[in-house]
Amino acid sequence: MELEERNRLFQEKIDSGQKIEAKEWMPANYRKQLTRMISQHAHSEIVGMLPEGNWISRAPSLRRKAVLLAKVQDEAGHGLYLYSAAETLGIDRQTMINQLLEGKAKYSSIFNYPTLSWADIGAIGWLVDGAAIVNQTMLARGSYGPYSRAMVRICKEESFHNRQGYEIMYGLAKGTKGQLEMAQDALNRWWWPSIQMLGPSDADSVNSSETMRWQIKVESNDAVRQRFIDRTIPQAIAAGLTIPDPDLKFNESTGHWEIGEINWTEFYQVIKGHGPCNRKRINDRRKAEEEGAWVRDAAVAYAEKKLKLTTQQAA
Amino acid sequence: MNNSNPADQGPLWEVFIQAKSGIPHKHAGSLHAPDAEMALTSARDVYTRRGEGNSIWVVPSHLIVASTEQDAESFFDPADDKVYRHPTFYEVPDGVKYL
Repeated sequence: MELEERNRLFQEKIDSGQKIEAKEWMPANYRKQLTRMISQHAHSEIVGMLPEGNWISRAPSLRRKAVLLAKVQDEAGHGLYLYSAAETLGIDRQTMINQLLEGKAKYSSIFNYPTLSWADIGAIGWLVDGAAIVNQTMLARGSYGPYSRAMVRICKEESFHNRQGYEIMYGLAKGTKGQLEMAQDALNRWWWPSIQMLGPSDADSVNSSETMRWQIKVESNDAVRQRFIDRTIPQAIAAGLTIPDPDLKFNESTGHWEIGEINWTEFYQVIKGHGPCNRKRINDRRKAEEEGAWVRDAAVAYAEKKLKLTTQQAA
Repeated sequence: MNNSNPADQGPLWEVFIQAKSGIPHKHAGSLHAPDAEMALTSARDVYTRRGEGNSIWVVPSHLIVASTEQDAESFFDPADDKVYRHPTFYEVPDGVKYL
């Protein structure tokens, strides 16, 4: 079959709402775009464990500690689902991990911000996971079967993350004056990075048009961002917290909240590696990889030893 | 630093989970593990953290034999023209029940 004809049939299949599966023919660039997106997404889950892991030993109660531990564990699981989905495209997991460790791979800009207080753990669950859920619910409708299925599973698990974060923020906001200030400070610092993490405005996004034609993404960054804003602002109001945006207003005629200008310079600076924690995150990942090496070696040695024993017994 | 070699991550395993007894195992995802036993415990940790499973199968990915999309048309062709395999092919006289 001619390449042009294959491309046409592929697009037809996508337009008719069918999913693409791993072994099927796909345009080289579809494979490339997906590999890029899914591996970045996987890296984000893994790097995302770091700012939260920072507070496991200092969680204010045993309940909070058990919850945070379970959440960080979930993020590791999400990383694995996504690495597995990317592997169906022909890349292997360790190659992706090595790209991250060598600083060649991107991950979500949001994880380059520090978690300075306990309220930051609330802000991450509420805002960062809240933004991620809106984005991932959209991605779950995407055309690539393995990615879409991973998204469905992840979204189910994320809703606990979102709620536990809001519970922390709400509790602090309704607590003492000092606790309220801590919650407000966390919101002040996490609000704009959470708005930015949903990606550049449609007009400036370099990857958007092709990924939308192939329905890797079924909605634009701005549409997803607006949904997140509309969902989140009433939650802030309910908690008595103030969104740090003097231009914020509700548009009665559209029924949508309108936010002030987004500082894209900051976003691109962080993406390029100049955020507050970029270097620390990669160094911590490298340290974890090195310190975990003996566990991986021991697992391989154990498997080899057992295999030898079984073969001896059989002989 | 020394990166780990992709050859050391262990083979890939496909994970199938039975959500409750009596229903079929369903594909849940995949993972790397050095042997079957570790694949099974990792599958439990990764894919059944919320009571999703009653039983797990792990199968080395390379042992799965699959039909291909390219051959799908001819492969499934023998069943395509046999509408009489469906109950809707048959006419049931008015008033006749339990057919």
